[in-house]
Amino acid sequence: MRSIRWLAVVPFLALIVGPFFVNRATPLILGLPFLLAWIVAWVLLTSFIMAVIYAADPANREDEP
Amino acid sequence: MNGALPFIAAAALLALTLGFVASRGKDMSLEQWTVGGRGFGAIFVFLLLAGEIYTTFTFLGGSGFAYGKGAPAYYILCYGTLAYVLSYFMLPPIWRYAKENGLYSQADFFVRKYDSQTLGVIVALVDIAAMIPYLVLQFKGLGIIVEVAGYGAISSTLAIWIGAVIVAAYVMVSGVHGSAWTSVAKDTMILAIVVFLGIYLPYHYYGGLGAMFAAIDEAKPGFTVLPPHGQSLWWFSSTVLLTALGFYMWPHTFASIYTAKSATVIRKNAIVLPLYQLILLFVFFVGFAATLQVPGLTGPNIDLALFKLSVKTFDPWFVGVIGATGVLTALVPGSMILITAATLIANNLYRAVNPSADDRQVSRLAKLLVPLVALVAVFFTLKGGETIVALLLMGYSLVTQLFPSLVFSLAHRNIATREGAAAGIIAGVSTVAVVSLTGANFHTLPWLPSQVQDLNIGIVALAVNFVVLILVSLAMRLAATPARAAAE
Repeated sequence: MRSIRWLAVVPFLALIVGPFFVNRATPLILGLPFLLAWIVAWVLLTSFIMAVIYAADPANREDEP
Repeated sequence: MNGALPFIAAAALLALTLGFVASRGKDMSLEQWTVGGRGFGAIFVFLLLAGEIYTTFTFLGGSGFAYGKGAPAYYILCYGTLAYVLSYFMLPPIWRYAKENGLYSQADFFVRKYDSQTLGVIVALVDIAAMIPYLVLQFKGLGIIVEVAGYGAISSTLAIWIGAVIVAAYVMVSGVHGSAWTSVAKDTMILAIVVFLGIYLPYHYYGGLGAMFAAIDEAKPGFTVLPPHGQSLWWFSSTVLLTALGFYMWPHTFASIYTAKSATVIRKNAIVLPLYQLILLFVFFVGFAATLQVPGLTGPNIDLALFKLSVKTFDPWFVGVIGATGVLTALVPGSMILITAATLIANNLYRAVNPSADDRQVSRLAKLLVPLVALVAVFFTLKGGETIVALLLMGYSLVTQLFPSLVFSLAHRNIATREGAAAGIIAGVSTVAVVSLTGANFHTLPWLPSQVQDLNIGIVALAVNFVVLILVSLAMRLAATPARAAAE
């Protein structure tokens, strides 16, 4: 399942390339300007992606005492 | 005496007490003092890494940036997140190598990987040059916080002296154990205070988050999106990328990786730290709330936004609680920097000129250097005048120059040679220095397209570094090949 590691590229695309497509103030999402809401959503998704990678990574089982 | 001072004094005392207690039952060898005996679990490593992120920069600079510039402040939220993604893959091999080779500092890592004391000296010098502004930043923030939150009862100069003495004292006694213990108090308080302020202030002044952003958009159209020029999308993306790469190159952050007791501890943190970062969102809310409520702060004074609004809104005792939190956000990172800087000087500079020194001597010297480094930082704090973000950005550009040779050294077969690594770092750092001293940027070249003009100039230094590294490494390998063939 090493290929699942490539998911880690997605946050880079979302936060470095993504802003070019979502640089707008409206609509407000949960009270946040659209661009800020996009960034916050991707911070949350990044944590989720890292959890998926962690769960699939055999290295984390080898290290356990 | 006013209502705020007892709380600020209590925070200082708490830090001092926790800092001293932390050393109990441990024999403070260099191994314990600098890297906590390489035995810290997930929580302490988490707090140390987080402790270096939630600094006075977050507290004052983050809210001040949102207050003064608006949307460009969002970059702070992005680069940390991406740095944590990188950390999952990059830090475990660094940690393992450091453990196998008994390394204490970031410079040690380069010494071993490239088998060159000289490279270690170069890296140590770059580290120290970058860390002094970082420490100055913490002291400067501490002074501002105590002066404003204490309603002027204690001058910022006096506050800086008191802060420096406290942090130097507990660092000498407890080393990184002191940082870890005090960061427990700091993170608990900053979490509570910042989340409270970020929720309460928008409701109090505007009736809610949505109403606040609508009001800002009305009063300052375009404030909550990136502007077409200047700190534009191109600036944003290049800065996020650059600072994400530089994030773990800070020598004190790098050294705190060494404290982990396993690689899994580090990987776990890559999941939790992005979420923890969201505290920054509430810091931004405070800055945005202040922008229409306490307008008129400009230049370096934008860093005062959070406290100006707090003083306007709350009773003195509560301003004191906020101030107390601010004091801790300065002391914890300050302590990490002191440990790291002292270790670098003793372990990588002193040992380079006196190779016969043993660990005991180096350890004693490192502890003696702590007050000296603190004194130098106090001197620069009282003399200098730049705003918090500008100082930090220069340090950032400096440490980012270590990234290429570090990443190459993690590869199975390192294509960079020691000469290439040294030349690349020197070329990159010189570029940063020239750019900082002359204030050069792409805007001085009007023939460039405006997108390129907005790029972060640090990209140039990194590119120069990379090209020099490759060219010199290739040249050295080519020069070595015929010699080796002849020898055989």
